[in-house]
Amino acid sequence: MTLTEKEESAINDNIMILTGNHAAAHAFRQAKVGVVSAYPITPQSPVVEKIAEFIAEGKLKARFVKVESEHSAMAVLCAASVTGSRVGTATSAHGLELMYEMLPWASGNRLPIVLNLATRSLGAPWSVWTDHQDFITIRDVGWIQLFCENNQEIYDTNLQAFKIAEDSRILLPVACAYDGYVLSHTAMPVKLEIQELIDKFLPPLNHHINLSDISTVKGIDPVTTPQVVKRDEGVAPGYYEYRYALQKALENSINIIKEVHDDFAKKFGRSYGNGIYKAIQTDDADTIIFGMGSVASQSRVAIEKLRAEGLKVGLMSLKLFRPYPAEELREFFKDKENIIVFDRDIGYGYEGTLSYELKAALYGLKSRPNIKGFIVGLGGRDVKTEHIITGIYKALDEFKKGIFTNKTDFLGLRLEELEDYDEETYFKGG
Amino acid sequence: MTDLKKKYQKILGSVQKPVIGEAGQTGTWSSKKPIIDLKKCIPVKSGKPSCFNCWLYCPEAVVSRTIPPQIDFNYCKGCGICMEECPVKAISMEEVKKE
Amino acid sequence: MVNVMDIPEEEYIFPGTRACAGCAMALIYRIALKALGPNTIVTVPASCLTVLHGMQGFCTTKISVYHTPFATTAASASGILASLEDKGLADEITVLAFAGDGGTVDIGIQALSGAAERDTNFIYACYDNEAYMNTGVQRSGSTPLGVQTTTTPEGKSVHKKNMPKILEAHGIPYVATANAAYPLDLYEKFKRAKDIKGPKYIHILSPCPPGWGYNPKDTMLIGRLANETGFWPLYEVLDGKFELSNSSKRYLDSSKRKPITDYLKAQKRFKSIDEKIAKTYEKYIDNTWKEIKSRLESR
Repeated sequence: MTLTEKEESAINDNIMILTGNHAAAHAFRQAKVGVVSAYPITPQSPVVEKIAEFIAEGKLKARFVKVESEHSAMAVLCAASVTGSRVGTATSAHGLELMYEMLPWASGNRLPIVLNLATRSLGAPWSVWTDHQDFITIRDVGWIQLFCENNQEIYDTNLQAFKIAEDSRILLPVACAYDGYVLSHTAMPVKLEIQELIDKFLPPLNHHINLSDISTVKGIDPVTTPQVVKRDEGVAPGYYEYRYALQKALENSINIIKEVHDDFAKKFGRSYGNGIYKAIQTDDADTIIFGMGSVASQSRVAIEKLRAEGLKVGLMSLKLFRPYPAEELREFFKDKENIIVFDRDIGYGYEGTLSYELKAALYGLKSRPNIKGFIVGLGGRDVKTEHIITGIYKALDEFKKGIFTNKTDFLGLRLEELEDYDEETYFKGG
Repeated sequence: MTDLKKKYQKILGSVQKPVIGEAGQTGTWSSKKPIIDLKKCIPVKSGKPSCFNCWLYCPEAVVSRTIPPQIDFNYCKGCGICMEECPVKAISMEEVKKE
Repeated sequence: MVNVMDIPEEEYIFPGTRACAGCAMALIYRIALKALGPNTIVTVPASCLTVLHGMQGFCTTKISVYHTPFATTAASASGILASLEDKGLADEITVLAFAGDGGTVDIGIQALSGAAERDTNFIYACYDNEAYMNTGVQRSGSTPLGVQTTTTPEGKSVHKKNMPKILEAHGIPYVATANAAYPLDLYEKFKRAKDIKGPKYIHILSPCPPGWGYNPKDTMLIGRLANETGFWPLYEVLDGKFELSNSSKRYLDSSKRKPITDYLKAQKRFKSIDEKIAKTYEKYIDNTWKEIKSRLESR
């Protein structure tokens, strides 16, 4: 069911019933992006359709470069960003993978680009449904990666994303992720803020690179050697120094991300934990569920049931995935007894990414919590409350027996329904 | 001097500013240099700005469009194109020792 | 026709670049920048031009340059232009995309086709040295028949892609061929392109001493032979109207053309070709000119 704009605005001047995709588009409109470039892909497409509509109606004065591929989309944005414009896009799965070459280009150039990712599983085989595999594959390209749990959070996080990306102490691209279909195509109330307040929160971009100012000649992105180069005219960093600066900017961005979140909360009255994670009913909990996005929202329901059954369970929903807030997580988990991680992704050949990264982050704690990871919901398989509950009991049982393993454990598999399926004989049958 | 711990904040994208001789003194690439025989050179003979093929065809922009044309040996790579393109064969490539 | 004195004396490339001695691309770029002037932003993919522009910290041009990944030359030009439009500066600044043949006819063709279809107001120049020279002379889609490269040691078995015709098929307002050995013609074409709105495509033959196997002093001589043998005719297509450039007009008469073997034998890269391939070339050139004739007659 889709509502017309009229119906949407009839509900309340400021509160609209929006899908996650449209919430992102409204944030782009109110952030006054200068250049958008995108290529259609399910389930992201409504973001850019809405942006095209805003431009056609004169509600947004942006240039929309309707490219022939996502690779070109990110190339357009990198170039538009070095020319000094505020830029953004949206994509999913294969689109993100096709962009891949350009992602380190954006971070390496320190370009404040905002990308919305309506998450979707990767082929083969083809699938348009959600999991977090696409989001996970870009963890090593130098982007800031945030995950959202509802449509209001998508809108709010996008506005914060531009501010974070453009902070002169950071200057890095930001990816805002939300579950495809679960949020991208589900309508819920979203409060849109008054433009003047947003303009105050997010002043115009003051870019470190601006090719449009032709009074200063600049070369950008030349071949950069392993050495520091010195000449009479000056000294230039080597590749190693640039990469050091990029990594330090990421490490130091965690506090600034919190700062931007707190500033937003003060101005608009909405907060998301501390801006890097959301802790739900964790104060008295000895067992913590750890997850992101749709997995975390599903776990909120599970907590209620488990608590009713007498277990002291809480939830940590991770919002900031990169830079990885290891110190904050160590501080939070240092007194906890059990952590059960639900990954909607796999670090293929190893285990769920959230699971193994958390294990590594907690290494060295004086008393280490028990940790077990589960795989859930790949390719859009429903993540049900009972899967989470089953997982919790299974993990607690294993901890009691002293079983600790890196072998993956899938919840919600339906192998039994396949009867005697065998690809080799499949084509001979029937 | 910036505090080393904060230095990363000053390093952003890899950028360049224009300089002469980015690759160094490329004149050292070849010891053979074009020598213009001014008795043959068209603009010198006529006293009028004309021909300037040596200026026009030089890939390195080391020849000046003056009478007589001047060649910057500090950067001339000695390719010899000006010699080939001179319509009156006024240019020869000769061994030039650096001072 | 412009005279040598019509060309601005101002140089936009400082001497002392990393380009090889006798590099035709360096001359093409020098002349192109003279035609476009200082209000230009250049975008360049991985190519010999990246090398010419210099390494970290210091560049060789007096014009701002953005280096972009291999496949994205035209897309990056679109991005620069979109940002200039966003800032209201699009009428004041020319956007020049300058790529080699590999970056154009192979890996960059999709982005170029997209930018052309979107009516992007930019100039795309392809300097065609007919192989991947920067990476060590591997064959490209623009390498001619019979050429030995490091990936075609036996000689390339097919003709080069006709890229100007592919761009013409996009219905863009300006397509031209040019040749480093004809700098005045080259200057005029860039000058013309600057004043036209929409996508402009100029494909320039760029002889390469190490890649083609000839003495650096002969760069212009080799370039001229490409024209004089009828292998690389110079022309313009302005709003769909085909016009043979002055320097190529006389070769409409096949008797005025030099034998193709003059061109082939002057370069080591053709050393493995036999009589059969030479004959194929004669036919190829005949067909090229038959088509030119019919285009001129059908106007």
